[in-house]
Amino acid sequence: MKKATLIVIFLSAFVLCFAQSEDASAKRKTIPDVNIKDIYGNVFNAAKIDNGGKPVIIDFWATWCKPCVKELSAISDVYDEWVKETGVKLYAVSVDDPRSVSQVKPFVDGKGWTYTILLDQNSDLKRAMGVGPIPQTFILNGKGEIVWSHTTYAEGNENDVIEVVRKLVKGESIK
Amino acid sequence: MKKFILLCIVIAVATLLPGRLNAQDFLKNAQISGSFQADAALYQTDAAMGITSQSINGQPIRMNGFTEVNYEYKNFSAGLRFEAYLPPLLGYDPAYQGAGVPYWYAKYRNDLLEVTAGNFYEQFGRGMTFRTYQDWTLGYDNSMKGLRVKFMPYKGITLTGVYGFQRTFWIPYSNNNRGIVKGIDGDFSLNDIFDALTNAKLKITLGGSFVSDYQAGKTLTYPIGDKIYSLSLPENVACYGGRLNLNYSGFNFYSEYAHKINDPSQMNVYIYKPGNAILFDLSYSRQNLGIEIKSKWIDNFSYKSNRSYTINGLDINYMPAINKEHTYALPSMYPYATQTTGEVGIAAGILYTIPKNTKLGGKNGLSIALDFSQVNSIKKTPVNDSTGIGQTGTLGYNTNFYSVGNEVYWQETQVEITKKIGKKVKCVFDYLYQTYNKAVVQGHPDDPIIYSNIGVADITFNVNKKLSLRWEAQGLFTKQDNGNWAAGLMEVTISPKWFFSLQDQWNYGNSNASKQLHYYNVAAGFVYNTTRIQLAWGRQREGIICVGGVCRYVPQSSGFTLTVTSSF
Repeated sequence: MKKATLIVIFLSAFVLCFAQSEDASAKRKTIPDVNIKDIYGNVFNAAKIDNGGKPVIIDFWATWCKPCVKELSAISDVYDEWVKETGVKLYAVSVDDPRSVSQVKPFVDGKGWTYTILLDQNSDLKRAMGVGPIPQTFILNGKGEIVWSHTTYAEGNENDVIEVVRKLVKGESIK
Repeated sequence: MKKFILLCIVIAVATLLPGRLNAQDFLKNAQISGSFQADAALYQTDAAMGITSQSINGQPIRMNGFTEVNYEYKNFSAGLRFEAYLPPLLGYDPAYQGAGVPYWYAKYRNDLLEVTAGNFYEQFGRGMTFRTYQDWTLGYDNSMKGLRVKFMPYKGITLTGVYGFQRTFWIPYSNNNRGIVKGIDGDFSLNDIFDALTNAKLKITLGGSFVSDYQAGKTLTYPIGDKIYSLSLPENVACYGGRLNLNYSGFNFYSEYAHKINDPSQMNVYIYKPGNAILFDLSYSRQNLGIEIKSKWIDNFSYKSNRSYTINGLDINYMPAINKEHTYALPSMYPYATQTTGEVGIAAGILYTIPKNTKLGGKNGLSIALDFSQVNSIKKTPVNDSTGIGQTGTLGYNTNFYSVGNEVYWQETQVEITKKIGKKVKCVFDYLYQTYNKAVVQGHPDDPIIYSNIGVADITFNVNKKLSLRWEAQGLFTKQDNGNWAAGLMEVTISPKWFFSLQDQWNYGNSNASKQLHYYNVAAGFVYNTTRIQLAWGRQREGIICVGGVCRYVPQSSGFTLTVTSSF
């Protein structure tokens, strides 16, 4: 047992070193090759998330998660302007399980959201991307590389999201 | 342990060998992600709540924590999760005490094939025949350890095979102390398979699965009262199901059916009736409008890989509850959980957003949601004149397909209005009426049915782009159980990094004056990118948390809690 603990500590330290090194060489850069479903129940490979060379926002959410719904509602109010200005595309990945997955489509339409919805019913993509509590938001640059990530939602967070997207579009550093 | 070292070696070899003994490549082009969480508590005694050092078991400091790491290099990935419960927080099963690596895997994937060795989570359809999952908050993990193969021979077709045994706490697999679970599943998207249907408006997906669980032991002696039953048991229990999804413009229809052969177990008190379960849901939606109606019927459908288990764990399938999940404190005080021995439920909901710049919608629009759900018993009649309903060693009972019994287990009506006023104020108002059969759901036979009226007001005020304030006022009014409750919350958020909250739940209507307690709580939190730290102090009321058919009891407590979550 002690050995197992040691190995894990060693591996974690090893991983953290790479995950936090300055050039972030081993940190996840792309969306993993994981099959989830689209809103019609067809298989959708997450690695195919794409916006023709323009930035992408990926938001992990669920119908029962109040802060998630607040975030997506706040973005929805300005989404048309964001799209017009930057060409950004938002993928809202629902982690609703079999209990609430059938509510996702009527909920999204009922709220008047126009995002691309994906269903991750058993949290396969969530786990592969190391997502903890939701909401968690990722921003991908035009090459499909993850350049920014944030957990939780506080009022006004959407301003930070669009700031990053604007910088990406202008080719500025987001640091 | 040996297996674990072996895995590490396999990972290293598999990664390094295939013609690229270049360590730099292995590191540089590898991708690593993961998450971390620690929930720690310092429990204090509380005379008013009756918490003594004895009820804390003399261990006031407790922690649950995990780290999960995934490594990916081209088509290959591997990962593990380390968990520690030293000792587990109050309300988690004491069997979790300890630390170790309950989850590890190695996976290879290309366009045709995906092979996973080690632990895995998998779901067939909506999970009525098979679902393994993990829920940290619930303290639930039934992951499979074994082998999984996914085969994608043609676009739109996924065939999955699973073989292994399930995790339960830290108990090692030995001497057939749980079943060996095998399953196959086929998933077909017709619009992808047939080119002629690619652009068809009607989207069709269908699937089917077959699962079998082997548990050693052909006979069992089982005493009930002064009778000793000698039962002969099926060592292999098969379960199979089919599903269909149709989508046509705004309409979506889904149905799944599952059948299980006789599976005498402690959960059904060793009856030999086969099990059936079916669910339907139909929805229609268009811009600003969503309507859904769904129903399910469950008859004797607990399916575990250890027939003597009645505790949370070793579930092979998943039977979700039909009612909505609530996150506000008082509406979630009486949560419903699926009764796998038999229930029939219906739920309907409508969500409409009145568009912006209309008379009713005002400048910002207005969302109205109406929801209803009800769950009843199913009708059970004796198999013959001399046998009682549910009698051990018999077929148990007769029932007709989709029979509805008289006993109400749950009912809820909810109205929710969401409104934005100007640019600065957002409001959510909720009214709910709940009927909760505590005797059935929580297994307290003498408790009366609880009828409650619940109101919630949630108001957010954005002072400026960075500073926002939020208030919650809630009330729960009932003549049963602990009587009336009031709750209030005030939260200050300084985006994006800080938040502070102050809340209180007051059981002012408790018929026992000494139990009219305030459950106050003060919390502060800090968020930096993907890391969140929260420190809280206060009282936690007794309650239960339920997901699907699984519930966890949370005892009352008092003291400090620290939660750290991070993702990388």
